[in-house]
Amino acid sequence: MANFYTDNPGLAFHLHHPLMKKIIRLKENDYADKDTYDYAPADFEDALDNYHKVLEIVGEICGETIAPNAELVDTFGPKLVDNEVIYAPGTAQNLEKLTKAGLIGMSLPRKYDGLNFSMVPYVIAAELVSRADAGFANIWGLQDCAETIHEFASEEIKDEFLPRFNKGATAAMDLTEPDAGSDLQAVQLKATPHEKTGKWKLDGVKRFITNGDADISLVLARSEPNTSDGRGLSLFLYDRNDKAVKVRRIENKLGIKGSPTCELVFKDAPALLIGDRKLGLIKYVMSLMNSARLGVGAQSVGIAEAAYREALKYAHEREQFDKPIIQFPAVYEMLAMMRAKTDAARSLLYETTRYVDIYKSYSHLQEDRRLEPEERKELKQQQRIADVLTPLLKLFASEYCNQVAYDSLQIHGGAGYMKDFPVERLFRDARITNIYEGTSQLQVVAAIRGVGNGTFLSLIRQYEEMDVQPEFEYLKHTLMDMTARYESIVAYVQEKKNDELTDFHARRLVEMAGHIIMGYLLLHDTHRESSFRKSTEIFIRHGSSENHSKETFIKGFEEKELGNYKVEK
Amino acid sequence: MSFRIIVLAKQVPDTRNVGKDAMKADGTVNRGALEAIFNPEDLHALEQALLIKEERKDAEVILLTMGPPRAAEIIREALYRGADKGYLITDRKFAGSDTLATSYVLSMAVKKLAPFHLVIAGRQAIDGDTAQVGPQVAEKLALPQVTYTEKFTEIKDEEVTIRRRLERGVETVSTPLPALVTVHSSAAQCRPRNARLLMKFKHARTISELQEETKDYTEMLNNKPYLQIDEWGVSDIDAGEEQLGLSGSPTKVKKIENVVFAAKESIVLSSEDNDIDRLMKELIDSHVVG
Repeated sequence: MANFYTDNPGLAFHLHHPLMKKIIRLKENDYADKDTYDYAPADFEDALDNYHKVLEIVGEICGETIAPNAELVDTFGPKLVDNEVIYAPGTAQNLEKLTKAGLIGMSLPRKYDGLNFSMVPYVIAAELVSRADAGFANIWGLQDCAETIHEFASEEIKDEFLPRFNKGATAAMDLTEPDAGSDLQAVQLKATPHEKTGKWKLDGVKRFITNGDADISLVLARSEPNTSDGRGLSLFLYDRNDKAVKVRRIENKLGIKGSPTCELVFKDAPALLIGDRKLGLIKYVMSLMNSARLGVGAQSVGIAEAAYREALKYAHEREQFDKPIIQFPAVYEMLAMMRAKTDAARSLLYETTRYVDIYKSYSHLQEDRRLEPEERKELKQQQRIADVLTPLLKLFASEYCNQVAYDSLQIHGGAGYMKDFPVERLFRDARITNIYEGTSQLQVVAAIRGVGNGTFLSLIRQYEEMDVQPEFEYLKHTLMDMTARYESIVAYVQEKKNDELTDFHARRLVEMAGHIIMGYLLLHDTHRESSFRKSTEIFIRHGSSENHSKETFIKGFEEKELGNYKVEK
Repeated sequence: MSFRIIVLAKQVPDTRNVGKDAMKADGTVNRGALEAIFNPEDLHALEQALLIKEERKDAEVILLTMGPPRAAEIIREALYRGADKGYLITDRKFAGSDTLATSYVLSMAVKKLAPFHLVIAGRQAIDGDTAQVGPQVAEKLALPQVTYTEKFTEIKDEEVTIRRRLERGVETVSTPLPALVTVHSSAAQCRPRNARLLMKFKHARTISELQEETKDYTEMLNNKPYLQIDEWGVSDIDAGEEQLGLSGSPTKVKKIENVVFAAKESIVLSSEDNDIDRLMKELIDSHVVG
């Protein structure tokens, strides 16, 4: 019996992080549900045990159903029949199993038939599903939309739509249009109020919509006529039962083929307004995007884990020159680096998730009671850190995922280029992670704020305060040296007072911060669990040499050289 | 009155994943070395009961298992999947039961749960592979029986229609109720454990298990009586002692042999046309195909 949760102790390790006690207490509002719901936990140990046992179910479905289905789902994919999406048979089976297991709407409160799980176990589940089938992970992961409805919609909408998730409703977020991709302010889909019904009507076209034919869709549309920027956009809920949206085509993609990417035509489609007018993009979609980026982080780590395991297996089995290829330094170095990058990305994933978890719980508590001043302060702090860690995670996890998949295929040699091994699918699936939900380049634009305003540095200072065993002091010294160099190079760039130059070096600066942050996270992991030692040593060595190279580049770079990079037609 | 379905299930050693310690020197199964699992075809039986429960809101699914105290685990497994209740039939006096003694005990327990509409069991267990217990229970209770069930195609108050999976095709039959049905592995796979039900029932315990627990369950069981799994012994099911255990089991094991397949019993075939031809002819002659 394959179980993707129990075969990977690194996940339970993050589930048992010391902060979980606080995270669960906040999420469970001091275990207030325990006498109301027969499945609510009585205390911290009970809740943690629930997480563990439910993740075992997720791991089993991933190992026994979703992963074995992945190849055929990738081969046949979804079909378009009479302007509707028909999932591949494996996709439908995956969804049915997860629905029967009650795993849709994991983070929703119990009054909406959810499990009221905190973000950490939910993200672990997302990582598991992604390791099994990254394309399917999109369909499952879009239950994030439930969280957006829960956060921002009216009570009537919540009561009507949220309980549908646990019964298996799928979701989509309809943002992109032919002329509005990275720049969502340009969205044109028209929303007009409908006097008689009190609803709205949507007209226009959406493109590249993941799972576009979902049961419940959140649609970004222009509700304010004669506007042209983000302030004229609102968020709407469209119910598939109204049958007013046609799927015009399903895109033929490089990877994640099981996930239908749709072009949609809205014609007089009835819709409900979520929250307030004009806040669609600037508030709700920003929040939705943050959770989607966390989701892509989980997806990336899941793919990396799968690719690493395929490579490790192959490197042991494949013999050349009379020995398994894993015995050659060129191969074992690649594998060790893949392991270190996966561990580092995972550590950043759950660190980010913990910050998101705490501030989200405070925001929900705020609806029930007034927060104490120090609680409000903590909410703000946690959210500020989550806001810069999320793009940092998305950047690193997705790029590492690609690197790990690339090296995994390389270790397979010619066999990896054939369709005979799963690695070619992983390689194709990985390629979208650093593109969608904001490209790596856009993650840098978001994360550079953490460099500029000192958020990353203050986080690093906090990490410095934490204990490490004497035998790892030398690693801490390396990290402190990296920090000093980072600080001085940031100051060096800032002193130039040239915005274009700052933008030019932004990725280098963000990555330097990232290497230090992940180095500390791994060091702290090793403090709790010695099996991370190798990954930690390897990663800090790698990060340190990378940072040196970036520093050399920035220091030796003259402003006038910018011109060399501006390529003419 | 509810539409009562009793599912018979057995905890078995996982003989599908046999390691080198699977057998003892005397040729009997080393139960300690093998993981104890829910017999696979009994899971198919449970799924059929749960499918009926989805269709009929008045259906009630009761899991019945006979075995040592640790067999309570499969009752929890059934509760996690949607069964309403479970009974563990356990007693030292049952030790050494063959299929006849086992079916006697089960039939007495089923009688206790009357009136019922359906008794559903897996076709056979992967440890003994006899496929006798289901039919024997039916005979002892004078119930009509349908074996090799793949699907219930129609369910009425007094009658069910069933598709049977046979060696060379399918057969559709109807039977009046109450009846006993055994389910084949070609039937729908059992659903996964449900997260909410797992959290609800994870503390469900039998009396024997509670005696082993260090934690005090008294308050929890008072507040949540559904966490008490009923446990029945010989006296609870009014069983006659002479029909139990070794004395009730006419099957005596005479000898157990370890059979090692020798290479001379296998044929190596190449992918050449004449070899494939030879294979096909042999398969047709032995009626494996055709």
